[in-house]
Formats: sequence, structure tokens, C-alpha cells
Amino acid sequence: MEIGLKILVPLIEISVVLGIVLFHVAYITYFERKILSHMQDRLGPMEVGPHGLLQPIADGLKLFFKEDIIPAGADKIIFSIAPIIVLVPALIGFAVIPFAKESITIFGLTFKPFITDINIGILYIFAFASIGAYGVILGGWASNSKYALLGGLRAGAQMVSYELALGLSIIGVLLLSQSLSMVQIVEAQNRIWFVLLQPVAFVIYVICAVAETNRLPFDMPEAESELVAGFFTEYSGMRFSFFFLAEYANMILVSCIAAILFLGGWHAPFKFLEFIPPTIWFILKVYFILFFFIWIRGTLPRVRYDQLMKFGWKVMIPLSLANIIVTSIVLYIVRG
Amino acid sequence: MFGGYLPSNYLPIVVFIIIAIAFGAGTIVAGYLVRPKKTYPEKLSPYESGMKPFSDARTPFPMRYYIIAMLFVLFDIEVVFLYPWAVVFNKIGLYGLIEMMLFIAILLVGYFYAWKKGALEWD
Amino acid sequence: MLSFLFFYLAGVTVISSLLVISLRNIVYSVLALLVAFIHIAGLYLLLNAEFIAAIQIVVYAGAILIFYLFGVMFFSTNLKAKVIHHQYPIAIIIGLFILGEFIVAIYSSTFSMNRGEYTVQKIAEAGNTETIGMLLYGVYLLPVEIASLILLVAMIGAIFLAKRELKT
Repeated sequence: MEIGLKILVPLIEISVVLGIVLFHVAYITYFERKILSHMQDRLGPMEVGPHGLLQPIADGLKLFFKEDIIPAGADKIIFSIAPIIVLVPALIGFAVIPFAKESITIFGLTFKPFITDINIGILYIFAFASIGAYGVILGGWASNSKYALLGGLRAGAQMVSYELALGLSIIGVLLLSQSLSMVQIVEAQNRIWFVLLQPVAFVIYVICAVAETNRLPFDMPEAESELVAGFFTEYSGMRFSFFFLAEYANMILVSCIAAILFLGGWHAPFKFLEFIPPTIWFILKVYFILFFFIWIRGTLPRVRYDQLMKFGWKVMIPLSLANIIVTSIVLYIVRG
Repeated sequence: MFGGYLPSNYLPIVVFIIIAIAFGAGTIVAGYLVRPKKTYPEKLSPYESGMKPFSDARTPFPMRYYIIAMLFVLFDIEVVFLYPWAVVFNKIGLYGLIEMMLFIAILLVGYFYAWKKGALEWD
Repeated sequence: MLSFLFFYLAGVTVISSLLVISLRNIVYSVLALLVAFIHIAGLYLLLNAEFIAAIQIVVYAGAILIFYLFGVMFFSTNLKAKVIHHQYPIAIIIGLFILGEFIVAIYSSTFSMNRGEYTVQKIAEAGNTETIGMLLYGVYLLPVEIASLILLVAMIGAIFLAKRELKT
């Protein structure tokens, strides 16, 4: 019974979180199309449902029933599992995200506001995020297509380069929070959000997050105008949609991390606004960052690949190292 | 035989990984039952802007990617050293600060060597 | 439960390690190694070493193996290298030597109950990462600095070797 309950509660939580994440992934694609359209003075999807609200469901169904082509000469096994290697890390990162402040009790079962709180929360997310790179590189390699191979290589090199600056940028936050646990990082921002104390780290984090998720203006791996569709050129049907799902799930994940590390998680910005539930604050912050991602996609042109790599290695890494040095020295002086 | 406790906080993560893999595999298998399977050689040939594919698709690529991966390994290990340092920063005082400054300084030497030798250039 | 988890993790680690050296396709070997690394991280978790488990994935699976993968792709596409088989005798000798070393190390260590200062309870109270941090930046100051020097040497060596390629 003990062990049964121990399994049941996480099972329910995981299903709920998975459902919520997939729902938001579906609707982020809708919002992206809508927002981009309106930025370009178009309407975007309008046909399926009122204002095209059912469009994501139609897209999902369409992809589900599409033929799944494995190109001749492709490495069948690796070609088949690469999308899963990309998707799984993007989903399981949500296991340590604290969505709200307090636990809730339904039918005598206590549900914590997160699936689990581990002492190394942020490291856990990074550890599995780095595994996602395998799916991208191997997917490109297995396709037996020149575009896919080049896209996979570019994606791999880009992801590892920006992973460094990403890892370095959060050290400043860890210096302030003195913990790697997501829950404790949020609680450490009780008085002041870390974005105010670590503005440089926040900017570095957001830029690296855009590069990590291969979004414009850093969507080199899938640059339509040069590489057709990059590492997933040869993919179709459900497997193709997995790369898409993973990209948007990763986008939501990095936005959640940004909200937790820098924007105070579920904390309200001011005391008098605390009547609004913490979860609402969290969702608002995540959507604010997601909107920012879509906004820069609508605004900025794509950079060249050499510019991207140079920027990562020659600007982001020294800048994040300098941020760590300055933060630690200032902290030492302030805390005496 | 085993000292200590079962890290039960990690159990939900294991369950989550299993569910995520099952979701991925399950969706593809379920799709396999309903989707059409009509293939012919032209459909299966890799995309090459409408031309018949020529030469091996796994073309040679620049050594730079290899060097970037190598530099990434070395820097990643440096980052790993920073995590435990950041977490105990308040407790280790001046020694810890100086030690890490020295650590970063030594690696910056390597970084600027890489810069100077053109390992960070792309053309 | 614990024994079951241990035997599962250890079993998969051993099997996938064997696959790494026996698979013909070298990219499959990399994938098998990835599976082995993740299960080794699981073994660390069973030993309550959560920080080491995360680092196992970050460094070995996330960095070193990515580097291998680039290497494998680089050499398999650029050089069309043939698999070298005449190294078997040397490999077996080195393997036996390392095995002997392990056996000596295992038998010379005492599996006694006194495990020094850092008991499970103490680490659980202070936190795994925190304990490692305190030790690294307290007692083991010098080794950490030496580690950074080793990284520096590796970096300079790697760039020196690649210098010729970079110029072109």
C-alpha cells in the first residue's frame, strides 16, 4: 500500500504534467503562427474552428496519418530512434519544475506542486538536455542526405557551444541561491528577483536559450534557405512531428527555467499583487518569455553560421566568465 | 549489502523517463497501424533539390567541428568544477574565492591560446 | 528492490559495454556507450552520490561522447578508415593487466563497516553537492588547481596538434 501510493501519486502528476505540456506545445505553435501573422499584417490560421483555434489538433491528426518515409540508404535503426532521443529529454526536464507554491490535496492524496524536488534539479535538466543533441546529430547522420548531415553537424556544434555559456550564465544565480534545487532557487527570490541582481546573466541565458532551442535568429541547423530543413529534411509524418514537438517542448522548458532562475518563479512581483495565485504568476512569466521568443523570430534576420559560432565562443563565453568573476568578488565584499 | 537509503526522490524521474519513451514509441507504433505505406524508389530517394543524388551523402566535413567538440569537452569540465564551488561559496570564504580565480585564470590562458591560434575562427 | 535495481543497472552496463566493443558499426557503439553511461549514472544514484550521477551524464554522456561522435563521423566520412584487427594481442595483454589491477585493488581494500568521517546521514544532512564543494575547495585545494593545469595542457596540446588543419 505504502509503495502503491508512492507510485500512484507521481503517476498522476506525471500524466497531468505531460498532458499540460503537450497541450501547451500544441497551442504554442498556434500562437506562434497567429502572432507572426499579425506582426506581418496577416490573419494566420482561420479555417479550422473559430479563429483557427482547432488548427493544432488538425495538424496533429494530419501528421499522425501521414506516411512515414525512411529514405533509401538511411540507417534504419538510428533513423527510427533519433526522434525519440530528441523528444524524451525535452519532456522529462519538466519533472523538477515547481509550478506553484503549495501542495494540494484531492481525495486524500497530497499532490506536490512539482513531480519531484531533487538537490541537483538544474543540473539534472542540463544533463538530459545535452542528450538531446545526440538525436539531432544522429538523425542528420542517419538520413543519408547531404542537407541532413550538414544540418545535424551544425546543430551539434551550435548546441554544445551555447551549452557552455548557458551553464556558465547560471553560476551567478547559484552563487546567490546557494542551491541547485529548483524549489530552493525560487524560495531564495522571496525578496528580490535574481534578474535584478544578475541582469547580465539573464541576457546571456536568454540568448543562449534561443540558440540551444535552434530558434531564429539562430536557427542555423534548419536554415530553410540553405539547408532545406536541416537535420530533419528526410523525416516525415510522426517522426517529423517529434522533432517539432521537442523543439517547442524545449522552448517551454527553457522559458520555465528562465522564469524560475531569474523571474522569481511563482512569486508575485509586488506584495499587493499576491492575491493572484502563484501558478498564474508562473504561467504569465513563462508566456512572457515565450512571446519574446516569437517576437524576435518575427523581428530579427537570421545570422550567418560563422557569425553565430564566433559570437558564442568569443563574446558569450568571456562575458559569462566575467560575470562570474565580478559577481563572486562583489558577493564576497558585500557578505564580508 | 547496500549502505544508505534508496534515493526515492529519483523514483518519479525514472517513471517519467519510462513514460516518455513509451509515449514516443507508442505513438509511432500506433501510427504504423493506420498510416499508408506506399513506397516507390523516387519517393525513397533522399532529397537533393530535385536531382538524382550523386556521390555518397556522408560527405567529408571540416575539422573545425571536431576541434569545437574537443574544446567543448575541456570547458565543460571547467563548468562542472564551478557548480560545487558556487553552492558552497558563502562557506569557503576568501580562500575559495582566490582558488577559483586562479582556476579560471589558468583556463583563460588556454582560452586565449585557442583564440590566438585561430581555433575559434570560422570562415 | 535495491538489489533488483542494482542488478538491472549493472547488467545493462555490462551488456552495453560488451556491445560497444563488439558492434561492427561504430556509430552503434557510441549509442551503446551512451546507454552504458546513463546506467552508470543510475548506479551512482543507488550509492546516494547524486552530484556524481549528474556529472556522469553531463561530462561523459553530454561532452566526451559527443566528442567521440564527432570523431567517429569525422573519420568515417573523411578517411574511410578500415577497422584495424591486428591490435588484438596487445589489447588482450593490456586488458588482462587492467583486470589484474582491479582484482588486486578489490581484494586489498577492506569492506569493513567503519567508513570514515562522511557517513550517509552526514552527507544527507549537509547535501551531496555541498559536501563535495567543501572538500574540493577546502582540503583538496591543490589537486583542483592541478586539475586546471591538466585541462590547460590538454587544451594546448589539442590545439597544437590541430594547428596545421586550422591554417588551411
